[in-house]
Amino acid sequence: MVTLPPTLSDWFAAKGWTLHPHQLDMLARAHDPATLLIAPTGGGKTLAGFLPTLAELGPNPASGLHTLYISPLKALTADIRRNLGLPIEGAGLKIRVEDRTGDTSYTQRRRQRADPPHILLTTPESLALLLSYEDAPRIFQGLQRVIVDEIHALAESKRGDQLTLQLARLQSLNPALRRIGLSATVENPPALARFLSPQTTILEADPGPDPDISMLETEAPPPWSGGGGRYAIPAILNEVTRHKTTLIFHNTRAQAELFFHDLWLQNSQDLPIGIHHGSLSREQRERVEQAMTAGALRAVVCTGSLDLGIDWGDVDLVIQVGAPKNVKRLVQRIGRANHRYNAPSKALLVPANRFEVVECQAALDAVRAHTLDGEPRGPGPRDVLCQHILATACAGPFDAYQLFTEIVSAGPYTLLTKAEFDACVDFVATGGYALKAYDRWQRLKLTNGKWHLRDPRAAALIRQNLGTIIDIETLKVRLRGHASPLGEVEESFAASLTPGDTFLIGGQIVRYESLREMTVEVSRSPGRDPKVAVFSGTKFATSTLLTDRILEILQQENWPDLPAHTAWWLAKQREVSRLPDPHSLLLESFPHDGREHLVVYGFAGRNAQQTLGLLLTKQMESQGLAPLGFVATDYATLIWGLDPVTNPAPLFDLSTLREGLETWLSGNAVMKRTFRNTALISGLIERSHQGRRKSGRQATFSSDILYDTLRRYDPDHLLLQITREEALRGLIDFSRIEQLLARVGPNIDLRRLDHVTPLAAPLFFEPGRIPVYGEARDRLATNEAKALMEAAGLA
Amino acid sequence: MHPLFFHGETLHLLPSGGLFWPARKTLAVSDLHLGKSERLARRGGALLPPYETQATLEKLDRDLEASQAETVICLGDSFDDLAAADGIDEASRLWLTRLMAGRNWTWITGNHDPGPIEIGGTHRAELKLTPFTFRHIAEPSERAEISGHYHPKARLAGQSKPCFLADADRLILPAYGVYTGGLRAHDPALTSLMANDALAILTGPRVLAIPMPR
Repeated sequence: MVTLPPTLSDWFAAKGWTLHPHQLDMLARAHDPATLLIAPTGGGKTLAGFLPTLAELGPNPASGLHTLYISPLKALTADIRRNLGLPIEGAGLKIRVEDRTGDTSYTQRRRQRADPPHILLTTPESLALLLSYEDAPRIFQGLQRVIVDEIHALAESKRGDQLTLQLARLQSLNPALRRIGLSATVENPPALARFLSPQTTILEADPGPDPDISMLETEAPPPWSGGGGRYAIPAILNEVTRHKTTLIFHNTRAQAELFFHDLWLQNSQDLPIGIHHGSLSREQRERVEQAMTAGALRAVVCTGSLDLGIDWGDVDLVIQVGAPKNVKRLVQRIGRANHRYNAPSKALLVPANRFEVVECQAALDAVRAHTLDGEPRGPGPRDVLCQHILATACAGPFDAYQLFTEIVSAGPYTLLTKAEFDACVDFVATGGYALKAYDRWQRLKLTNGKWHLRDPRAAALIRQNLGTIIDIETLKVRLRGHASPLGEVEESFAASLTPGDTFLIGGQIVRYESLREMTVEVSRSPGRDPKVAVFSGTKFATSTLLTDRILEILQQENWPDLPAHTAWWLAKQREVSRLPDPHSLLLESFPHDGREHLVVYGFAGRNAQQTLGLLLTKQMESQGLAPLGFVATDYATLIWGLDPVTNPAPLFDLSTLREGLETWLSGNAVMKRTFRNTALISGLIERSHQGRRKSGRQATFSSDILYDTLRRYDPDHLLLQITREEALRGLIDFSRIEQLLARVGPNIDLRRLDHVTPLAAPLFFEPGRIPVYGEARDRLATNEAKALMEAAGLA
Repeated sequence: MHPLFFHGETLHLLPSGGLFWPARKTLAVSDLHLGKSERLARRGGALLPPYETQATLEKLDRDLEASQAETVICLGDSFDDLAAADGIDEASRLWLTRLMAGRNWTWITGNHDPGPIEIGGTHRAELKLTPFTFRHIAEPSERAEISGHYHPKARLAGQSKPCFLADADRLILPAYGVYTGGLRAHDPALTSLMANDALAILTGPRVLAIPMPR
């Protein structure tokens, strides 16, 4: 047990604060090697994490870094610095707290390296950079404690895997280092504890009262299809007026934009409402955050960019527009309302269409039953390891065996074999190719038993490429004649624009004018409907837990819990076709808009449905059915092509699918995308940076070419192994296809219909359509070229 | 293969991005960029899969085999730099020597390989074979010119592919090398060079002509 400095206790007392039991427990466990604190939002979790440090540092601490705080969000570090500053200054403690992120100025960062503060607040990416400097051992000398905030969020991604490697590094530098993990409610605390450290003990705080959560009732029923929930705007505005501050969550940026635009058209009371998402410029986002902190906004339309972090005490309502896809995320979003401990959070779900009504009902049931979803993550990915080895070499020569010992002490890497590790070192050093071409130009060289950079000047470039977040290539959008950007759009979206197209960004309609120096130039286009509105953002996959619950709901005789319009819609589907059930696989086949369509209701989650789409179209291609493309959602895959499917059973034969998977893995788009990410993280290719962007230059070429070359000349290469592992685990999710086929057995039920069915309709509005490049496309391309030539009078 | 009638001669635009002139049994290819991965590694950059020279030579071998060309013109940037030409591995050097044997082979200099190289054949800044002039970078005032350098690409039915650009005065070849990117045909560098009625002829299994995108 450590005790708080008396001035700090006095300050708490003066404020009328008493410490929660779990905060006192953290003080009692100050000497434990690792503690995982699980507490609801608003439970003073972050303060609990810092109390032992404040106690140990006391009023007059010696200089040097004592505690490192790591958060997944830059914004959170700035927020914590302010919040921590209050008690520290109030109690007159001479403790220096600073943050260090990508936004920190160069001079500040340099000074921090020379003279680190007592408490440094940072992100995994900035920590990776710090650890890659030669003076890292000096900077971290004497470090006593690491606090990892929102560890549940980090543990779901490669950022977390990278972090555990960094923790191992820090532990080697300071064997007595203690670790604290702070987390919201999670489905599997022991797994998260192991992720933090093998020696972790778990401390669970009182979870507080159940949230007050329901589905928003609207006068107009949700539309048959589509997303965005714009039909509910009057009802949502009504809720905004009845509450102090409302967060309106959307699942994608495009939907947030469309919703925000329409919301303002109907905002007759001129309620101050802002928008916040990851594609907006930093200035725009900061403006909204400041207005929010100042209490100047009644509502913010937002996306996952506000899932975590900044504590806005005045939020008293959370509205989730669109099905939440994942119960755990929903629970965390609900927690954004009412950051007061022991008061229930209030939340409303707004289904965007009628299928989502069912999904929302399933989510409500799950929240009330306290069941959380979560798929276990596999072993630590090796592309992250390759990057870590490269970063380690930047800091100085290393001994391979020592580094190996350190790495297997990190939770996700405990099962890594020495041979696997050696292959990663070989990849970093020589490229790891069967053709040993780079003897003279190795990246790492072995001298006197230690690995080091062949060319120390390479370190600067390597540092620029650290991190595991893969940004989708984006272009800045700027109003013609204005300097500051409105935001960003994905490059593929920009490529699809032709001058005159209008789209939404930051809530306003703009007209695409031209692409200049990698900036999309636009002009204002008031009062017109946006012609192109979709730029893709993050898409969530519905969890197994939710899809299972949805299938259960569909089996009900009638649906007294669902709104009448949705119950009627399901009944209609039952009448014209039938509802999917857990014991068979429903297929629907119908013509629409001059193409043949096949819908596969697998309820296997977006990734598995996507894989199914890829495998089925491959087989349809070989059967001469000329598929053109497909789109997958969490519950179905829609395939379109030139000819109908009449005999589905052979398409779903498991061994054929499995064989198809093997050959198909070679050349498909999902693999190429996965390979690109792996190649970026492992350091095979460099990220494009502002000012030296790759696009439009004839000197650089796409990673697809590297993928094809490796497949052909070096099929066992490490990066192909990683890509395959990665794709099978995440994007391909073949195991869920296997589960699906085991579940339905031989019961494949193909219904031939003459038009689109109620359940199939939403699929036609789904973004993320994947083209199939086969015979059908060749036929169409030939026709299109012919038409273009004829139109130009050149035929 | 796509036939193109150009200044009284019939030319074959090949799916690979090569150009075959049957009357003179001549194959022209541009921008091979051999040794690109070696050059990047030498400069301390990434260690890319070192197979592009092999892959590009395989492509060339197939075209030579199929066309039975007696004359070969490489339109510049054949090597990613002069050191890459010297540093080419033994197997590739032998392979190239075999391809060159018995053929009239011209290396035109490019901006990446501006000097003579230690490999046989003739080295020229440009080459006249009536009625054509072959050079690396197109000259705006020239007529009946065949060049490379720009790595043009164009999009059709949702797919972007390397392409030939052709108008009444000039023909620009796509990059033949495996590790090469492309410049979109609607880039000002290309639209200012080509006439309004220019065509883009896309490479790939089916060679398709479209009006050049602007």
